[in-house]
Amino acid sequence: MTRVFVSRDMASVALGADALARALSDMGCEVVRTGSRGLFSVEPLVEVESEDGRIGYGPVQPEDVAAVLDGTHPNRLGRVEALPFFAGQQRFTFARCGIVDPLSMADYAAHDGWKGLEAARAQSPQQVVDAVKASGLRGRGGAGFPTGIKWQTVLDAPGSPKYIVCNADEGDSGTFADRMLMEGDPFCLIEGMAIAAHAVGATHGYIYIRSEYPFAIDTMREAIGLSAERIVPFTLEVRVGAGAYVCGEETALLDSIEGKRGQVRAKPPLPALQGLFGKPTVINNVLSLAAVPFILAEGADAYAAVGFGRSRGTMPVQLAGNVKHGGLYEIGFGITLGALVNDIGGGAASGRPVRAVQVGGPLGAYFPPSMFHLPFDYEAFAQAGGLIGHAGITVFDDSVDMAQMARFAMEFCAVESCGKCTPCRIGSTRGVEIMDRIVAARHVTPVGMEQAGSGYLGEALYSRAPSRIDISIEGQTALLRDLCDTMKHGSLCALGGFTPYPVLSALDHFPEDFGAPAPVRQAAEQDA
Amino acid sequence: MHEFISTWVARHGATRDKLLPLLHALQEEVGHVDDTLVPAIAESLNLSRADVHGVITFYHDFRRQPAGRHVVKLCRAESCQARGGAAMEEAAAERLGVRMGETRGDGQISLEPVYCLGLCAIGPNALVDGRPVARIDDAALERIASQVAA
Ligand SMILES: Cc1cc2nc3c(=O)[nH]c(=O)nc-3n(C[C@H](O)[C@H](O)[C@H](O)COP(=O)(O)O)c2cc1C
Ligand code: SF4
Ligand code: FES
Repeated sequence: MTRVFVSRDMASVALGADALARALSDMGCEVVRTGSRGLFSVEPLVEVESEDGRIGYGPVQPEDVAAVLDGTHPNRLGRVEALPFFAGQQRFTFARCGIVDPLSMADYAAHDGWKGLEAARAQSPQQVVDAVKASGLRGRGGAGFPTGIKWQTVLDAPGSPKYIVCNADEGDSGTFADRMLMEGDPFCLIEGMAIAAHAVGATHGYIYIRSEYPFAIDTMREAIGLSAERIVPFTLEVRVGAGAYVCGEETALLDSIEGKRGQVRAKPPLPALQGLFGKPTVINNVLSLAAVPFILAEGADAYAAVGFGRSRGTMPVQLAGNVKHGGLYEIGFGITLGALVNDIGGGAASGRPVRAVQVGGPLGAYFPPSMFHLPFDYEAFAQAGGLIGHAGITVFDDSVDMAQMARFAMEFCAVESCGKCTPCRIGSTRGVEIMDRIVAARHVTPVGMEQAGSGYLGEALYSRAPSRIDISIEGQTALLRDLCDTMKHGSLCALGGFTPYPVLSALDHFPEDFGAPAPVRQAAEQDA
Repeated sequence: MHEFISTWVARHGATRDKLLPLLHALQEEVGHVDDTLVPAIAESLNLSRADVHGVITFYHDFRRQPAGRHVVKLCRAESCQARGGAAMEEAAAERLGVRMGETRGDGQISLEPVYCLGLCAIGPNALVDGRPVARIDDAALERIASQVAA
């Protein structure tokens, strides 16, 4: 019987993988459902086992099955690992994803599973913490805080029980690595959490998964059931979010698990000292925890050997939005933004010029192509007025309206604000209003503006108080900058504090979309 | 419903941290979390009514009114926008006969915003009665419309 592999990842299913799998099994094939390899332009992908390895075909539909099985289908890709998209990757964390049956304990063990946990349990907690420190691993959830130092704090903290909490809230647009890992290699995350538990002396752990990820929730629950005996004395459970972006913030997440409104707590105390139920708690992102089995199994040096500056190891970069070859690309830090977008991503899917990319989700900055030389590295991005965040890269072509994107950033902040501080809660609503005025005014001459009563520049508002509100574009952008400054400095967490990044980067790099003159730099760029 | 709550709590525990799981379970069972259930929920977990009300209204997922027979959740986040999401949102509202965030008058369809489904390289995306649909174009919209017409 021919063995074939078809992904059960939510994205592959959204593109028709279930029907494809059914068609293959109707043809008498043995179908193994794997996670996704992460190149979504070839999903649904089927790999046919042969003497030369697995031969991929994609994208394919159920009606293509006969041609796939006799090897004549035009979308034959050859060995998937040999495709340029995969050849350049360094898959530390995602080594098994797309290859194994995510819920097969046998598959997991056969592909080096549990080696890290075994190595960890042969060591003292301090030795494990030291290994994680030596690896240089920094939190992959966004802030980039050294994971080993966080664990040390929890190890040294008095109090019991201690908890391991996995942040699987992944709310950023353009990110899906957490989801892919949980759906494609759930035991890897479980192993990472069990290692963390050994390192700090925790007995119970929670995986907080957003409700928008139903496949990940089911897969993780099943995997926890299957591996429960393997990780004793540690126990694990899944908690499901309820559609609040701010619950990705670590203290809001803890409140949410505790059954409260997901509002941000002021720090100190650090969650490491007084976290879940007031007890010492490790809270880490999925990818931080999933990197740990490799570090323990292969050694801290093997991990630290890859990377750039103080950003060690690999980053699962997510190429999203209007990009030809979108998907998950794991590679050591230091690759340039332009190489990711153009060489690997293949530019915009629409075939039009790339105009802007947003890195790091809704709180990340927009960059123009003139900044594509930036190396993927926490410090380099911070210096350029942006952030790496969860390493999602959203590509936009030249049809994008950057003023509308700035407006959306404010709107998102208004919808998702937890309400604890005024600059975020009220400021974001005022920000939407300013953006509406800018959008309405930018195509209108000052004289015409007086007649534009039907748009947002309603007569009612402006005729009443013309002297108090400067409705010129210059006046409104000055007001916008002032508001962003207040949000940046007056907010308790990064939701209100970082919303100025997308807003101001859009204004700074694409002023012509805000009704201001285009920067000279861009004219030069077009000539080049 | 009160029996559902007491059975659930007896099985899963009556600690405060069970509030979200209980609300999820209730909503799955009934379709929404009715305001009339708040006292029973509060009592079973030893919380104040205001506490429970505060939690229900904080989270976007919990509904206090019944949804339509079919629920279409359309992604509004940046990566889907980069792939024509805004135009698709308008087309969907038009084709399904219901505005974003509302339930159609005949109770057939709710159209709801969602901010990212983690399918960001293949958008615009939606969840139709919990099933993911990618690369929504006019043809896909037509298929969705006929699905939710039943
Ligand atoms: C508004 C907001 C949303 C966040 N969302 C997430 C998220 O979805 N996933 C995540 O891992 N971290 C998120 N973070 C960062 C967490 O607060 C925290 O830094 C992280 O979970 C720590 O884990 P790490 O050290 O492994 O990165 C968010 C932060 C803020 C302010
Ligand atoms: S910045 Fe916004 S989300 Fe963060 S604590 Fe303040 S109100 Fe809440
Ligand atoms: S932005 Fe729509 S699925 Fe992520």
